[in-house]
Amino acid sequence: MKFVACINHVPDTEAKIKIGSGGNAIDRTGVNYILNPYDEFAIEAALQLKEKKGGETFAVTLGGDSHKETLRKALAMGIDKVILLKDDSVRDSFSVAKALADELKKLTPDFIFFGKQSIDYNGEQLPGLVAEMLGIPSVSTVVKMSVEETKVICEREIEGGHEVVETSYPVVISAQKGLNEPRYPSLKGIMASKSKPIEERQPIAVPSAAEVVGMQKPPSKQSGKIVGTDATAVPELVRLLHEEAKVI
Amino acid sequence: MKLLAFAEQREGKFKKSAFEVTQTAKGIADKLGTELVVLVIGNNIEGIIPELGAYGATRVVAVQEERLQYYSTMAYAKITAEVASKEQATILFFPASQMGKDLAPRIAAKLSAGMAADCTALKIESGEIIASRPAYAGKVILDVKITSPVKIYTLRPNVFTAVAINGGKVSTEKYTPQLTDADFSARVTAVKVAEGRPDVTEASIIVSGGRGMKGPEHFNLIEKLADVLGGAVGASRAVVDAGWRPHDEQVGQTGKTVSPTLYVACGISGAIQHIAGMSSSKYIVAINKDKDAPIFQIADYGIVGDVFDVLPPLTEELKKTLGK
Ligand SMILES: Cc1cc2nc3c(=O)[nH]c(=O)nc-3n(C[C@H](O)[C@H](O)[C@H](O)COP(=O)(O)OP(=O)(O)OC[C@H]3O[C@@H](n4cnc5c(N)ncnc54)[C@H](O)[C@@H]3O)c2cc1C
Ligand SMILES: Nc1ncnc2c1ncn2[C@@H]1O[C@H](COP(=O)(O)O)[C@@H](O)[C@H]1O
Repeated sequence: MKFVACINHVPDTEAKIKIGSGGNAIDRTGVNYILNPYDEFAIEAALQLKEKKGGETFAVTLGGDSHKETLRKALAMGIDKVILLKDDSVRDSFSVAKALADELKKLTPDFIFFGKQSIDYNGEQLPGLVAEMLGIPSVSTVVKMSVEETKVICEREIEGGHEVVETSYPVVISAQKGLNEPRYPSLKGIMASKSKPIEERQPIAVPSAAEVVGMQKPPSKQSGKIVGTDATAVPELVRLLHEEAKVI
Repeated sequence: MKLLAFAEQREGKFKKSAFEVTQTAKGIADKLGTELVVLVIGNNIEGIIPELGAYGATRVVAVQEERLQYYSTMAYAKITAEVASKEQATILFFPASQMGKDLAPRIAAKLSAGMAADCTALKIESGEIIASRPAYAGKVILDVKITSPVKIYTLRPNVFTAVAINGGKVSTEKYTPQLTDADFSARVTAVKVAEGRPDVTEASIIVSGGRGMKGPEHFNLIEKLADVLGGAVGASRAVVDAGWRPHDEQVGQTGKTVSPTLYVACGISGAIQHIAGMSSSKYIVAINKDKDAPIFQIADYGIVGDVFDVLPPLTEELKKTLGK
């Protein structure tokens, strides 16, 4: 069987984000990039399923040369083969999805894992887009999964609970925290990842369907009122919430 | 050009987001001088449809059958895309809820539509919608313009207002889709709902606890306050990772994004990843014994003090004020 993890390379959450001179993208200088945190769950899910069922694992990313770093991390965690759809241009989710779907069609995977969301643009779009383009089922924000003969049973997060979803494969699964505990790359894995090949391919070109026309810092909130330094401040806090903010 | 709003219901009850999406869509439709169609999918939904009138809906398309009792990605996507095409609706609004976020991308692929996800504001410039949405953990706000003929927007719950007005009459039309077994090849077989408090993404008040609560046994202080306020219990990642609280209460970048009217942070330092999930709250109260904790930079009201001294009298005082 074939298990694919689609992964992304994103700014570290601690990174200071500055708006670039063009006004519609961030200034990348000095920004540290990492494997998208949710995609570690996707990689781990692919690895665990291969350990159970046998087969081959792949990681695919679309991006520039810098994305190789993220593919090396996938190799270090134990992924067998990695593919870079090399493209430096600005694409929206629709365009990335088209290119990924095109590549995935050729790979014919049984399971395609995504992270729930990229922590840069926070779109939560790719899993559903790609699944629809491939014409296969998808289950998003999955926190639990079991695979029987032909059946796949997932639990996905919803407001105030979980939905139990029964499906089959091939299938697209987007991983939410809780699905598994991503492994740390072993020293051996890290060493081996350095010499493994990264397959580079040219993704199909598809025009974007949405564009970023502006970028602003959020309005800075002025620091609020310190009402007091102990329990004696409680009545005043309650009064403010009731009379000034009118939220209770 | 028409505007289609997806009104989410579960178990025959509208989500608050259904009203937010309807009313926001109505406002945009009026500005663009176009018609609004509201779509409701489910089973046993006829009785609730008139509720949408108070939020500006005049025409509703209802799709009703037993197999649609539970949400089903592929069937709901097929129906929505069909209705949008039939109505020639080219602007589609969804809630950025667990249902809307799952559904909208599949429809985007069907209709070759660009999408702006999790929008927090919408404006119109030269007849075009410009959507604002937070990115990079809320460190910047993007203005997004969709260039494809069909355009999809998902709206962050609790951000857009839903104020009931003296509603007019709603006319309902039924639509009967041709659904096959393949449309249910991913099928919800059960819904496990946690009883009791509301979910953090839906609550208008959240009381959250962090490592400053010192241990899981002290979260009863958080729960009592939440219950007096009719709110939800939230948590920082530190306490979820420690196993003190379940993951579905986690607020932040790797947890949930929330926009309540009131967010009370107790013993939470205010790390950037936590703030990413709650900075769009309308009012923020922080209780922390470290006056330099970053949470105070975004709090509207703060008490620099010990949660164990402050929470019990706060709960009592609120009980009095609320007459409980
Ligand atoms: C990739 C990534 C993703 C992350 N995602 C999230 C996320 O989704 N959500 C999230 O919350 N974090 C997230 N984090 C973690 C985040 O960086 C912080 O570590 C975390 O938010 C800290 O939780 P805390 O405020 O409870 O604990 P701490 O930072 O330890 O703060 C505890 C606070 O309690 C105060 N305190 C202690 N005792 C008392 C007392 N008796 N009375 C009053 N105050 C007291 C202290 O002054 C301190 O400010 C993420 C980190 C990374 C790297
Ligand atoms: N450039 C990319 N290449 C491959 N996979 C990606 C890329 N961007 C995002 N993904 C995957 O899609 C998921 C959801 O991303 P998004 O829709 O951008 O929030 C991520 O968690 C990744 O698994």
